[in-house]
Amino acid sequence: MLELKSLTKRFGDKIAVDAVTFNVDQPMMIGIIGRSGAGKSTLLRMLNRLSDASEGEILFEGRKISSLKAAARREWQSHCAMIFQQFNLVPRMDVVSNVLHGTLNRRSTFATMFNLYPKEDIHKAIEILDRLGIAEQAPKRAEALSGGQQQRVAIARALMQDPSIILADEPIASLDPMNAQIVMDALRRIHEEDGRMVIANLHTLDTARRYCDRVIGMRDGRIVFDGRPDQLTTGVARDIYGAGADFSEAATSTAIETLDRTAAVLVPA
Amino acid sequence: MTDATISAPTRRAIDRIQDSYMVQVRRRRMYGGLTLAIFSLLMVSGFVIADDRNAGGFWDGWRQMLDFPADVVSEAWEKRANLPGLLVKYFPALMETINIAAVSTLIGAMVGLILSLLSTRGLARWPRLIPVFRRLMDILRAVPEIVIALVLIFILGGGPVPAMIAIALHTAGALGKLYSEAAENVDLKPVEGLTSTGANWTQRMWLGVLPQVAPNFLSYTLLRFEINIRASAILGFVGAGGLGFELRNAMAWGPGRFDEAAAIFVLLFGAIVFFDQISSRYRNKLTEGQ
Repeated sequence: MLELKSLTKRFGDKIAVDAVTFNVDQPMMIGIIGRSGAGKSTLLRMLNRLSDASEGEILFEGRKISSLKAAARREWQSHCAMIFQQFNLVPRMDVVSNVLHGTLNRRSTFATMFNLYPKEDIHKAIEILDRLGIAEQAPKRAEALSGGQQQRVAIARALMQDPSIILADEPIASLDPMNAQIVMDALRRIHEEDGRMVIANLHTLDTARRYCDRVIGMRDGRIVFDGRPDQLTTGVARDIYGAGADFSEAATSTAIETLDRTAAVLVPA
Repeated sequence: MTDATISAPTRRAIDRIQDSYMVQVRRRRMYGGLTLAIFSLLMVSGFVIADDRNAGGFWDGWRQMLDFPADVVSEAWEKRANLPGLLVKYFPALMETINIAAVSTLIGAMVGLILSLLSTRGLARWPRLIPVFRRLMDILRAVPEIVIALVLIFILGGGPVPAMIAIALHTAGALGKLYSEAAENVDLKPVEGLTSTGANWTQRMWLGVLPQVAPNFLSYTLLRFEINIRASAILGFVGAGGLGFELRNAMAWGPGRFDEAAAIFVLLFGAIVFFDQISSRYRNKLTEGQ
């Protein structure tokens, strides 16, 4: 389905992504982990074609994505939705308009400039918002919403695109644990109910273990781990993050139940 | 959120949200359409009125719009051998124009700097006098350079000095406003730190505020310098010396001296492009940070 062949990205003489090769043969939920600067974001940005690859190619269902230009590239982008860490909504526009931005590739420039979206699209946008539990916020400005709600609006915009792939670049890194769980549950549900492929950059190991079917570990632009979540042992994690023996997942985890675990460890000590 | 199938009551809730949002959308579209209609009505009616009042009439005149440039270009082309000599001849006038712009920008920027700090909330020396300094800057900005220049030429006689004063006054008002907007966003912690050491107002501004706003201020000043080159060329038309004065003489004589007019155009255009390029390059450097 999705195939990456020695995909490389260089910034000057620095290599951000180094000959990344992997193959996904069916829609699944994939987590990419690695410390900051490992090339996770650059990889996702190349998949969406926000930035160009220096070398290598991306194939989706046999079609070469990495060399698409202009309108063909925008058409691909409309099938490959992206969710950002900082939500990247238009803050001064209302929630439904932000969701309707998911249809921009299908609509004429003139109609979208004057907010002339078809009624069916508007109804569909509100239905998607309802599915994510934020229909009540529909007429509010995006900037008036909390972080977790804004991220769900961003997911709604992605769903409005009716994409084959959803890329999520650190979708929960700026959210509190409660909202992080809501957002990750939503992404998982989208994968299970709609059968869409979800690729998420994650910065916490327990999130990757809990939600993903496959985990890819990156270090200095290279893939150093690719396997099932249960193969992701502490030893492997130390390898991915280049950490010493003092590395402890619980110390930085944001999951709510980790608190119990940490407390349990702390009490006898 | 966890329930995939939507139950009847929620169904009705969505319908309500959808309906109320559609009402909003329709209202917004109506306002948008009305605004567009009023805008086009005003544009069309305004144009018709202006055309009626115009002595020549736009519809008859616009075809002749290119006649004058064509005359100038054709005559200049015939006498193209003179061009290098004329460029040299008028170069001193160009320098005069640029000098007027440079001096007035410098003086205007210094006055503007003081006015802006005196009229910025949180920084002002005398907070109660902020409205006074603000109105003073408004007045300086409101009076066009050409009006000040005409008055000064009447008093002082023609020459570059009245032009310089006129542009400097306008620059002080315009830059003061821009500076004070930049200074409003300044971080007050360093200023508080300096106050705690017993520094006076001038020291606080010079050492605490200026380092923070210097890139912005420089960028605005360079932009103003570009504008002032154009302004000082125009002021030549009312007798303030420099390239504009020569251009008026060359053009007012009509055919016969169009080669000189062309040479002056070339000089002016070249100078403006040159300084635009240089200053936009430095402004980019300043705003992006070294």
